[in-house]
Amino acid sequence: MAGVRALGVLSRIASRRYPALTGSSSRTFSVASTMMARTHVNYEVKGDVAVIRMNDPNSKVNTLSVQMQREMSEVMEEVWANTAVGSAVLISSKPGCFIAGADINMIQACTNTEEVTRLSQEGQKMFEKIEKSPKPIVAAINGSCLGGGLEFAISCQYRIATKSKKTVLGTPEVMLGLLPGAGGTQRLPKMVGIPSAFDMMLTGRNIRADKAKKMGLVHQLVDPLGPGLKGPEERTIEYLEEVAIEFARGIVAKKIPLTKEKGTMQKLQDYVMSYPVVRNQIYKTVTGKVMKQSKGLYPAPLKIIDSVKAGLEQGPDAGYLAESQNFGQLAKTTESEALIGLYQGQVICKKNRFGTPARPVKTLAILGAGLMGAGVAQVTVDKGIHTILKDTTVPGLARGEQQVYKGLNTKTKKRTITTFERDSILSGLTGQLDYSGFEKADMVIEAVFEDINIKHKVLKEVEAVISPHCIFASNTSALPIKDIAAASIRPDKVIGMHYFSPVDKMQLLEIITTEQTSADTTAAAVAVGLKQGKVIIVVGDGPGFYTTRCLGPMLGEAVRVLQEGVGPKKLDQLTTSFGFPVGTATLADEVGIDVAAHVAEDLGKAFGSRFGGGNVEVLKTMVDLGFKGRKSGKGCYVYQEGLKTKEVNRELDDIMDKYKLTPHPSVSSDSDVQYRLVSRFVNEAVLCLQEGILNSPVEGDIGAVFGLGFPPCLGGPFRFVDSFGADKLVQKMRAYEAVYGDHFTPCQLLLDHANDPSKKFHK
Amino acid sequence: MTSCIQVQELLCTCLMRQMVCFTEPSVKSSLKTTKSKKSLSRPGVKNIVLVEGVRTPFLLSGTTYVSSLLHEGLLNKTALPKDAVDYIIYGTVIQEVKTSNIAREAALGAGFSDKTPSHTVTMACISSNQAMTTGVGLIASGQCDTIVAGGVEFMSDVPIRHSRKMRKTMLSLNKAKTLGQRLSLIGGIRMAHLAPELPAVAEFSTAETMGHSADRLAAAFGVTRLEQDEFALRSHTLAKKAQDAGLLEDVISFKVPGRDIVSKDNGIRPSSMEQLAKLKAAFVKPHGTVTAANSSFLTDGASAVLIMSEEKALAMGYKPKAYLRDFVYVSQDPKDQLLLGPAYGTPKVLQRAGLTMADIDVFEFHEAFAGQIMANLKAMDSDWFAQTYMGRTSKVGAPPMEKFNLWGGSLSLGHPFGATGCRLVTTVAHRLRKEGGQYGLVAACAAGGQVRTYPLSMHCLIAEVHRAAVAQVVKEDD
Repeated sequence: MAGVRALGVLSRIASRRYPALTGSSSRTFSVASTMMARTHVNYEVKGDVAVIRMNDPNSKVNTLSVQMQREMSEVMEEVWANTAVGSAVLISSKPGCFIAGADINMIQACTNTEEVTRLSQEGQKMFEKIEKSPKPIVAAINGSCLGGGLEFAISCQYRIATKSKKTVLGTPEVMLGLLPGAGGTQRLPKMVGIPSAFDMMLTGRNIRADKAKKMGLVHQLVDPLGPGLKGPEERTIEYLEEVAIEFARGIVAKKIPLTKEKGTMQKLQDYVMSYPVVRNQIYKTVTGKVMKQSKGLYPAPLKIIDSVKAGLEQGPDAGYLAESQNFGQLAKTTESEALIGLYQGQVICKKNRFGTPARPVKTLAILGAGLMGAGVAQVTVDKGIHTILKDTTVPGLARGEQQVYKGLNTKTKKRTITTFERDSILSGLTGQLDYSGFEKADMVIEAVFEDINIKHKVLKEVEAVISPHCIFASNTSALPIKDIAAASIRPDKVIGMHYFSPVDKMQLLEIITTEQTSADTTAAAVAVGLKQGKVIIVVGDGPGFYTTRCLGPMLGEAVRVLQEGVGPKKLDQLTTSFGFPVGTATLADEVGIDVAAHVAEDLGKAFGSRFGGGNVEVLKTMVDLGFKGRKSGKGCYVYQEGLKTKEVNRELDDIMDKYKLTPHPSVSSDSDVQYRLVSRFVNEAVLCLQEGILNSPVEGDIGAVFGLGFPPCLGGPFRFVDSFGADKLVQKMRAYEAVYGDHFTPCQLLLDHANDPSKKFHK
Repeated sequence: MTSCIQVQELLCTCLMRQMVCFTEPSVKSSLKTTKSKKSLSRPGVKNIVLVEGVRTPFLLSGTTYVSSLLHEGLLNKTALPKDAVDYIIYGTVIQEVKTSNIAREAALGAGFSDKTPSHTVTMACISSNQAMTTGVGLIASGQCDTIVAGGVEFMSDVPIRHSRKMRKTMLSLNKAKTLGQRLSLIGGIRMAHLAPELPAVAEFSTAETMGHSADRLAAAFGVTRLEQDEFALRSHTLAKKAQDAGLLEDVISFKVPGRDIVSKDNGIRPSSMEQLAKLKAAFVKPHGTVTAANSSFLTDGASAVLIMSEEKALAMGYKPKAYLRDFVYVSQDPKDQLLLGPAYGTPKVLQRAGLTMADIDVFEFHEAFAGQIMANLKAMDSDWFAQTYMGRTSKVGAPPMEKFNLWGGSLSLGHPFGATGCRLVTTVAHRLRKEGGQYGLVAACAAGGQVRTYPLSMHCLIAEVHRAAVAQVVKEDD
């Protein structure tokens, strides 16, 4: 799931709608240019230091938009021309954001690669001027300093950052299928060394201020301030500015050196790196790693390596040229389009379109301290919500509480929280075996066994003790919510919240509403999910909802593929090379073969022959033999404690022999197997949109990628149909239909798109 | 810590001796200003009085006390019968494991009756405040009539522990039964085991040192380096003046074995603004404003007070110095408001007592850092802060400087964590009599250490000059 998880970083990059300039052209042009009201950048001269402040009035974050860049250039020219100014401080007036990156829409507005390359070259030129500034510029960083923002900062002469948790530096471009296109690939290796630069650019991860100082990315740190005569954030920015001005003056007076004395390790590293042989070895190793992880499906990492290499081996001119050209090419790839689409979709799914709920959830009770229940407890309690975790047995409860503790303790080891914060968070968790205190709960999430009778039983028990406003949410992966709500005396307060395991790692939350669920109940559930840090899709009720339902046909097909003699390893290889972060056989083991069998049977009953394919008996036999997946130690693979590699479960061969099917040579090539699996997934997803289970293709894409690991490079089933071509997909499905029958019958909406190429899910 | 107990013994003994040779105050002025309340005495509520307060000279850590190895407790005969003291309470911060109830050890050594129970309290920098208020509580509830409360701190001799790994090994070694088990445990000792663990003056919950916190606080309130240095200089200058004028009469001489008798605080060093400006930032480097000169220094010292119910004191023929009227403790978030206690506590205690800022004649605030004091004064003088963070409609106002810490403070006299509280209260009583005031206010802030409750605490106490002292003044006027 690493690929899916890595996308989580996307959430921290900010995007912004392209500011519409309509109407604002009414300003008078007769005023001298210095007097002209600038809206995004302005500056003030304090003594001999120019303080340049950035603030995008239309957004919560600053982006390097066209306007921001133009105003910045104007201001810089004025600062350079002003003889009274000896140095400058660059600072953002926004709390929590320095510059969050370039404006994505600016790139999307370009029609061809040449235009994007030109955009990159303009950025390179601007930052070159900053780098060569005769007056030292101090970048005062508070909040996110990402992408183009970081490239701007590292072209300044000096950098000071606040130690605030919100201050992060990074180059997340790779997450969008792009590369740092404004000199980043050239400056970073020189600043932090080749290995660290590759690490930053290839993973796109965020770097906290203290780490950035150690790496040499910033020169000084400033502590964030608490309450004073002004609000903490406001005063912190002011303080940062005061300190930065002091440093700017110190640099001019030559009291503060711009280069840091290098440590022994640094010197040693530089010495080793001076040999071309060593550098070549690094390029090779890094390329090998990238190929292994990306299966060659993502072009951006390779282009990053290429750009860095060009700069180091052939000099800056070649380097900057390679960077801008590679940037132009990447921006127009389908992969980049897909990743940007996912990012934008994620932004949409991080908003509550149902408005603010009538009352915020302050106390949340969870029934069942299993893997799911404890996982939900962990992501809830650390957000400051009082959490009650109820189980029926002491050992079950103890296991659940231990899971929460372990999850938080891992965070202390990673130093994202202190041991004090861990203990403080844990004091908000109440573990119990009875329903005491449930009258104070604003929401109850049940995560008990997937059996309608048990669900009904707990629902009745809970409704007897909770207060009238309390919401009842069911964490089920397949049972229709309306069936569960049938036992409720207040079905308007019943909703489905489908979490994905492991809850603290998987970003998706699928919220299921029935026709009776009230709008306020939905708003409250979404609000809780957002607080838990989830990306949320809200879908209609039905067997398997959206995610489980899409997975059903694909798993059915996977079983058939296994029956046709393709081994689990081969199946995994075929799916991962298509872009799935986790192979289908491994996924089945992770989900649990028993769960898969259960779901396959239920959904088979509900949807009929379309969900057929493989024989359900295969799964049932596996369950009977105790091959329930990772949790039981055996599934498609054999799992051994402490062992990282896993062997194929040889005992599976007997079962497969028993249910053996003869493959049809016309539809059994590697590529055909891949498309058989994917087309059934995609068809079911499109059918969900057609039936109104899904609200929009965006939610469909987000759900599939973040919940089920649909290849991120394809951007989700709907974007895949757009880019692959509905007609081509239908053509393939018809060929499979001829052999296997209605499992592959394309749905009406897909046919509509195939018949009319102008129809696209994403505009 | 042996030295610690011995100083304590001396202190207790001296306390008793001083009570006998109680000196009459030499105040000339009388009470003229009009107050919101004539007196804070309430019917049905027991009057609790401060009879006497004493302290050892406060000495820079690592100067003189470090050599006091042995000390014969000077058991002076006192007029106070040994069993007249009902209870003894001591405050300390960094505890010696061998004498975890240091109050009891000191009491026994000083020759108090072995029938007098004693206990030790801890509450960081306001440990001795806690000792005093605990005593007040015991008297108010009718449990006791006579209490000795005090505080002690010897930073020169803090307990330094073995590392956690080493402690674990040593404890396991105790339980090891065979030679083989022992050898394997000993064999497991690595270099890392041998590194000792020094007690840090840091918050447990945030791992931030006090100096660092003070620097951030000063920055948050925009307190400049110049303001801090000026305040530090003021403290030292006033302390020197008070010392020279013999106003610090609570200090008792103390013979350090093998050395001379110490009779003066040795941290008072009035300097010049130029010299103060030369110092580099001590905590936030390089751009911080808190320096060694504008912070209180690590200090050795001890202090004690005798608190009694008024009837008992009068019955025994004492002339009490002041009434201890009202007190509050408050707590805030340990990260950003660690040292803002006085700003929060002052309005609260005034409200409880029904007084206003203008009613207070004498202010004694604990000066942990010049920047921290200035920040507190600014916070108290800010309507925005009062409304945003304290839930008040308006500011309480900053205490006027002509009433504020006129005999120096922790910055110049020193700050033995556990002993400062008693010094502040005794000083207020002495200043009230000297300056002819009626009400005095003591404020001190402390770092907190327990989890979850964010017990960063602050103590405020209102003292009222005792009528015996007032009568004295009036008589002298005649």
